[in-house]
Formats: sequence, C-alpha cells, structure tokens
Amino acid sequence: MQLAEKPQTGGAQLILRSVGKTFGNDVVALSDVNMTINHGDFLSLLGPSGCGKSTALRLIAGLSSPTSGLLDWHGAPMGKADIGFVFQEPTLMPWASVFDNVWLPLRLQGVSRAQAEPQVKKVLAQVNLTGFEDAVPRELSGGMKMRVSIARGLVTRPRVLLMDEPFAALDEITRFQLNSDLLALWERERFTVIFVTHSVFESVFLSNRIVVMAAHPGRVFGEMVVDAPYPRDEKFRTSEAYAHLTRKASSLLRTAMGLEGEGGGDHVLH
Amino acid sequence: MSSTEATPQGGDLTVMVDAEEARRARQRKLEKTGKWVLPILIMVLAIVMWDRICVWNEIPRYILPRPGEVLATLIADSGLLFSSLVTTLKITFLSLALAVIGGVGLSVLFTQSKWIEMSFFPFAVVLQVTPIVAIFPLINIYVDNQTAKLLLCAWIVAFFPILSNTTLGLNSVDRNLLDLFKLNGASRWQTLWHLRLPASMPYFLGGLKIAGGLSLIGAVVAEFVAGASGQSSGLASRIIEAGYRLNAPRLFAALILISFTGILIFLVLSWFANRILHRWHESALKQEH
Repeated sequence: MQLAEKPQTGGAQLILRSVGKTFGNDVVALSDVNMTINHGDFLSLLGPSGCGKSTALRLIAGLSSPTSGLLDWHGAPMGKADIGFVFQEPTLMPWASVFDNVWLPLRLQGVSRAQAEPQVKKVLAQVNLTGFEDAVPRELSGGMKMRVSIARGLVTRPRVLLMDEPFAALDEITRFQLNSDLLALWERERFTVIFVTHSVFESVFLSNRIVVMAAHPGRVFGEMVVDAPYPRDEKFRTSEAYAHLTRKASSLLRTAMGLEGEGGGDHVLH
Repeated sequence: MSSTEATPQGGDLTVMVDAEEARRARQRKLEKTGKWVLPILIMVLAIVMWDRICVWNEIPRYILPRPGEVLATLIADSGLLFSSLVTTLKITFLSLALAVIGGVGLSVLFTQSKWIEMSFFPFAVVLQVTPIVAIFPLINIYVDNQTAKLLLCAWIVAFFPILSNTTLGLNSVDRNLLDLFKLNGASRWQTLWHLRLPASMPYFLGGLKIAGGLSLIGAVVAEFVAGASGQSSGLASRIIEAGYRLNAPRLFAALILISFTGILIFLVLSWFANRILHRWHESALKQEH
C-alpha cells in the first residue's frame, strides 16, 4: 500500500537515457526514449501498435541492443536469471510437461530436476497450478497455459518481470482473473514488472505508473501515476476512482494518437 | 454443473438424443467398421476375380498363375524366399539406419551455419534427383564389396527425405522460444538438444516414414542391377531368376513378399511416430468430432 502512495520509494532500478532503435530497413522504432523504472514498480507501457513498446521491452531484456542511448541498470549488475520474460503467446514447448516447461530456465543454468523441484513446485503453486505438473500444454486451457508461462518467467526469482501483452489473446473473464492473480503475486513478492499493453483498462487496474507511448516514430509521450491504493480487487474495477483514472489514461492515449488536443510534448498527469 | 442436470427425466443415466445426433452416431459406427471391412472385401473380391480370369481364359501358369498356386509356392519355397527376404531386409534396415544418421547429422550441421547449408544443400539435391539406376554402374566400378555397393545405393535413395525434412524442422522453431533460450543464456548445444531437435521431431518422423519405403525400394533396385551379374541373393535376384526360368508362381510369391514387407515397414514406422507424438502433435491426435 505504501508503494501506491509513494511510488518513488523503491529508487531507480533502470534508467533509459535517450534510447533509440533504428532497424536495418531505416524504420525508426524508438526515438529518444527517456524513462525511469523504480524497484518494485508495476509499470505499464501503453500505446497503439507501432509505438515501439515491444521493441523497448526487447531492449530492456537484452534481446536486442539500442542504436543510440544507454540502459542504465542500478544496483547489482543484471545476470541472466534476473529477468523473466512472458510473451504474448504462452510460448510453451508442446512436447514437454508443465513441470519441464517451468524447469527450463533453471535447467539451462545447470540445475538438476531434483534440485529444481522445490522451486518449480513453489511457483506452480503461486499461479494455482498445483497438480498439473505432468500435463502437456495441449491439455490445458488458454488461461492455464498463460499461468505456466508466468510461472516459467518467475522460476528464477527474477528482479524484473517483463510482460509483452500477456493476456491479449484471452477472453475477458480469464483475463480479469489473471489480472487479479498477477497483482496478488506481485504484492507478495514485489518484483518489478514492466507490462506492455494496449488496453487502458488493464493498465489502470494493474499498474502504479503508466508510460504512454506514441507512434511514428516510437517515443514516450507522457506519464501518469495511477493514484489508487493496493490491494486492488474486483470492487476497484467498478469504483468511481477507477472510472476517473481510466478516463484520464484514455484521454492521454487519445492525445498521443493525435485524436484529441494538439499532441506533442511531454504530458505528465497526476 | 452437476451430471444429473443433463438428463431431463432425472436419475436416468442414458442421455436423451435427438434424431440428428442418433443418425450421426450411427454414421460414425458405420464408418468405423467400414474402414476395415471395405478394403478387405475389395481385396478378397480382386483375388477371386484374378482366379476366375485365369480359369475362364485358360491362362497358362507361366503367364499368370492362380492365386492359390502362388500361395502354395510361397509355402513350398518359403525356405528359399525367406532367406532371400532376410538378405534384402538386412540391406534395407542398415541403409535406413545410415540414412537416419547421415540425414539427421547433415541437417544438424546445416542448421549450425547458414553458410554450410548454402554450400552443401545443392549437392544433396543433385544426389537425390539423379536416377540411382544411372549411378549404379559407377558404384559398381568404384566399390568392390557387394554389401557396401547395395548399401550405398539404398542409402542415396533413402537419406534425402530425412535430410530435407529434418532441416526444415530444425529451422521451424518458435522465434519466441529461441528468444527465451537466448535470454536464459542457453548454449548452442542446449538450444539444439532441448529445443531444435524436439521441435523437428514431427518433421523427422514424416521423413522417416518416406525413407522407410524408399530404403526397401533402394535395396531392391540395387539388387536388380547387381543381380543382373549374378552377385546377389536377395529377393530381387529371386525375381530375376524366376523370370528367366518362367517360374511365374515364384515370381509372384517374391513380389507379394516385397509388398507385404513394404506395408509392414510403413505400419511399424507410423506406429512408432504415433507413439512419440501422440501427446502433443496435431498429426497424431485422435479426431474428436
């Protein structure tokens, strides 16, 4: 709860300093992006398609390198295990059991099945999948597959969890349930989350900060602090405060897309 | 939802079905039996026709023997025929094994570097498209050992589908999974072992099914060409021999033996592929509708 009142208490964990990314075909995906991510943030990158939010996530993950600018990690240097990544699709290995899929990141670090078992069981319990260890992905529903994917992202106890529109393909009922479960997990464990989404409602419900991005070229357009206390439950979804915050975020996004107001410049709403 | 809710009368375990569903269920049952009964029926009918045609037209046995006679020959000559079959099978399975090792090995090599693939894939294609019968005289000159000759010949025919399928499979890995491996610092070897090889399994097994049949064909063709000079003792040389002696019943018996072997190889490989893929791959899933 203190995090919502004072979002900056965590201190900077990652600072993006005028980061730009231009692809080989001269497409400017990101231009002059400045952003600070604090320890324990639940930060949403919100924007229309083509605004470079997924590119930004890949840069942060180290899956690609910036054309210009710096990614400034604070504190201990980030190792492989310090970043968890959850893709838009569950991206599971269809031939491997749930256990083997979640074990994978540890396995690649040389952790044996027996050594990994307590940790794998623990994260599976955290995403409510106890008892499904031996199932293979095709035996699971879309929501359960996503839970496996989240468990795999968390199994190395990463300090940062990157999520690239993880719930976009799910039905609304499942998405709401996973939103709540993810939030509960985050409040307990307090890892940093960077969450890419194009849903205003989802970003307001989940995050303490929203960075709105604009397209052509991809850039940071403005930032908004979601000033609502945690824990947020289903009642929050229908509350006056939620409606108000959603309007605010929506208006910022529409401005970023050039549908409202003049656009351009840095917009900071509080 | 409780199970009792589904039955309108309550307590009754048999679920009411409407006319359409009943018809569909009947249809399904019929198709299930038809799948087995029809091919067998047609086969029996064809054999009976064969027999009748021989009798009605008084065709001499050295032109077209009656099916009963072929069966009798198959039993009478079984010692000779089966020892020849074993010879042919030895070449078939050895060349299939070598095709698997060579095909998978080369495709793994190809995926390690685009350059290797670009350089060597055309050679594999040349080897594949040149008719083996045309290459054999060369092999006959260069290779002395009889078994090695046949093996090489059958291998050239069989290895290509495994190579091209496995190469395709190794390259058809989910991009995101590759990213995930990269993110977790996986080595080249780990990516190959934990990701690329399992992902290519359906493709490899598809290639294996084709290669199984081809290695038998390769072995028989090689024996034919080699057998012309009387050096071979496989089934193909039995066929040639029987042809020279106008021993049509034995010729047919050998032919049937080869066909059944081919079918058996296909069935065994299909069963094997199904065992491996049945839990995860679309191709091996039971139809649910």
